[in-house]
Amino acid sequence: MKSFLGFLFGLFCALMIVFIAGENPLTILSILIKSSFGSKYDFGLTLFYMTSLIFTGLSVSVAFKSGLFNIGAEGQLNFSAIAMVSFAMAYPQLGMPSSLLAILFIGVLAGATWGALPGLLKAYRGSHEVIVTMMLNFISAGISSYLISQYLQNPDSQNPESAVIAESFRTNSFDFLNQFFPESPVNLFFLVSIATAIAIHFFFSRSAVGYEMIAVGENPSAAERANISSKKFVVLSLTLSGILASGAAMNEVIGYSGQYKIGFSPEFGFMGIAVALMSNNSPLGIIANAFIMSVFHKGASDLDIETETITKDFSKVIQALVLFGVGLQYYINKSGFKINFPGRNSKKKPKGNS
Amino acid sequence: MLIKNILILFLVACVGQSAEKLKIGLVLDKGGKEDKSFNSAAYQGATLAEKELGIELKYVEATDVNSIENLHRQFAKKKFDLIIGIGFAQQEAVKKVAAQNPDVKFAIVDGEVSAANVRSLLFEEHQGSFLAGYLAAMKSKTKKVGYIGGMDIPMIRRFATGYSAGVKHFDKSFTIVENYIGITADSWNNPAKAKELALNQYQQGVDVIFVAAGASGSGVFDAAEEKKHLAIGVDSNQNWMKPGFILTSMLKRVDTAVYTTIKDLQNGQFTSGVVRYGLKDKGVDLAMDKHNEKLVSADDIKKLEKIKTDIIAQKITVPDFYLQKKK
Repeated sequence: MKSFLGFLFGLFCALMIVFIAGENPLTILSILIKSSFGSKYDFGLTLFYMTSLIFTGLSVSVAFKSGLFNIGAEGQLNFSAIAMVSFAMAYPQLGMPSSLLAILFIGVLAGATWGALPGLLKAYRGSHEVIVTMMLNFISAGISSYLISQYLQNPDSQNPESAVIAESFRTNSFDFLNQFFPESPVNLFFLVSIATAIAIHFFFSRSAVGYEMIAVGENPSAAERANISSKKFVVLSLTLSGILASGAAMNEVIGYSGQYKIGFSPEFGFMGIAVALMSNNSPLGIIANAFIMSVFHKGASDLDIETETITKDFSKVIQALVLFGVGLQYYINKSGFKINFPGRNSKKKPKGNS
Repeated sequence: MLIKNILILFLVACVGQSAEKLKIGLVLDKGGKEDKSFNSAAYQGATLAEKELGIELKYVEATDVNSIENLHRQFAKKKFDLIIGIGFAQQEAVKKVAAQNPDVKFAIVDGEVSAANVRSLLFEEHQGSFLAGYLAAMKSKTKKVGYIGGMDIPMIRRFATGYSAGVKHFDKSFTIVENYIGITADSWNNPAKAKELALNQYQQGVDVIFVAAGASGSGVFDAAEEKKHLAIGVDSNQNWMKPGFILTSMLKRVDTAVYTTIKDLQNGQFTSGVVRYGLKDKGVDLAMDKHNEKLVSADDIKKLEKIKTDIIAQKITVPDFYLQKKK
């Protein structure tokens, strides 16, 4: 909540820019509010974006906790999604309970693999995780488009996307949450994401493993002396990071569309970085900030329709200013009260979109 | 007196109502209206309609795959008369939203949706590409021509098969170097990579490159100018971008398609179903203007016209990637 003032300041700056551009700031606010709460469909879509952002936000923040900068959430969720779809295509006849469990397992496994790879390389070969995760993003994009174009292409569509997987791999048939929001993509994974955030909160505040993970992040050599193997935790935290990112893939594939569409993620992985930074890596803060980001992301297209000047690119300026406000608050807090957060990554303040 | 006044008021109100402008919503693909190619063409068609037909136009650009449906929905909610989706990526969204809003008219370019309120605008890209390939082969001295596609999707492969068939039709001994910029939607907007690929192809001895890659195309034109070779543009007429180095542009008249659809609606002639634009109705064509008249002689044009009539008369069959794939 410390960053709330900063959020207001950023919003104020954004609205001033909007004002200079010749739009009434109050109209913009009301469009944004209407765009996210206006109808059940609108609210549902906002929550859908929010679900993915909670997962990627958590993914980035878990790595941050151990002093690692995971910019590979995008690749992790991508790889997880393509793995799940490939699996479901390969075994279409699997029956209900086992099919769902199996696809969840595959999704988690794929995310974990894509997280563990940079972790292992970092721990045992000293390769920097930023470079490795970034490259893995491209590799997973390459793998998925190869699989889509060569094997999985939906024959009924021009879009680069897979065919829809069998009903037994999806949650749509018993999705009680979606029924409240007809036509909108929000699904059960919204609840899963909230539960995951709470679980991660307790993981870091109550469990020994979580504590050790933070210790490694704060000071690896001190942790080493306290008999905590930093290597092990580098691998562990990036693996966990990958698993969390796979949640965003499940939100799309199992919960909503049942297919892999190239470009289904508007770079959730990178927006997750913003969400994690805005929340000072607090899992509960991530829920709030994921919501804010999704309101802006959803609002971007509505602002484009409703106003003359605020195009989708202008919306990015608004998002960036809000981020900037929150970031500013973080530095003020840090210098004023001398709260020590893992400082080595705090200089990087990426925008919502690369 | 009072009654007369009321009557006049009523009349004025009636006239006012009938003169109300048609509201047209245009949903552009990710390339955006400044891609000087595919989306630009759509945007031009719509703005021409705005100017000449006096309609009210609102255009938006999609931010991501899920936002496309949202944009169509918002337009429908605001009771726009016609919503035009530009690009194959919008097919599903149009299908869904059109079903829920039977009183709103929709049109989709490069996609096929069968519903009573949707017109699908499709192009015979392979025919135009065949011509482009034939011309490229005529102009090549090295017997090596290149193709650079944007995103590696069936539609862009369709350009490629048409193009290579055109080249081979001229002379079977030609080699064709084929490259794709990428696999994500970014490929439509990556001139730097397009330039690298083009330089590489020119290095290999290619001297004419056909590029079908939206806004990325400008990179290829840069490379052509640098290496003093030729390039062929796509979708819009791009001959003006580097006069002297752009042999021609394979026109895909998205602008005509969009304009005609709006005009039909205004005249009450809007029909649903598929409308195909091919060589016959100049829906696809090669651009000839003052920027490339020095590159393409009248004699060349005559030869091209011959090919064109042969294709239309089905004396030449142009391979269609869509059909090949289904086999």
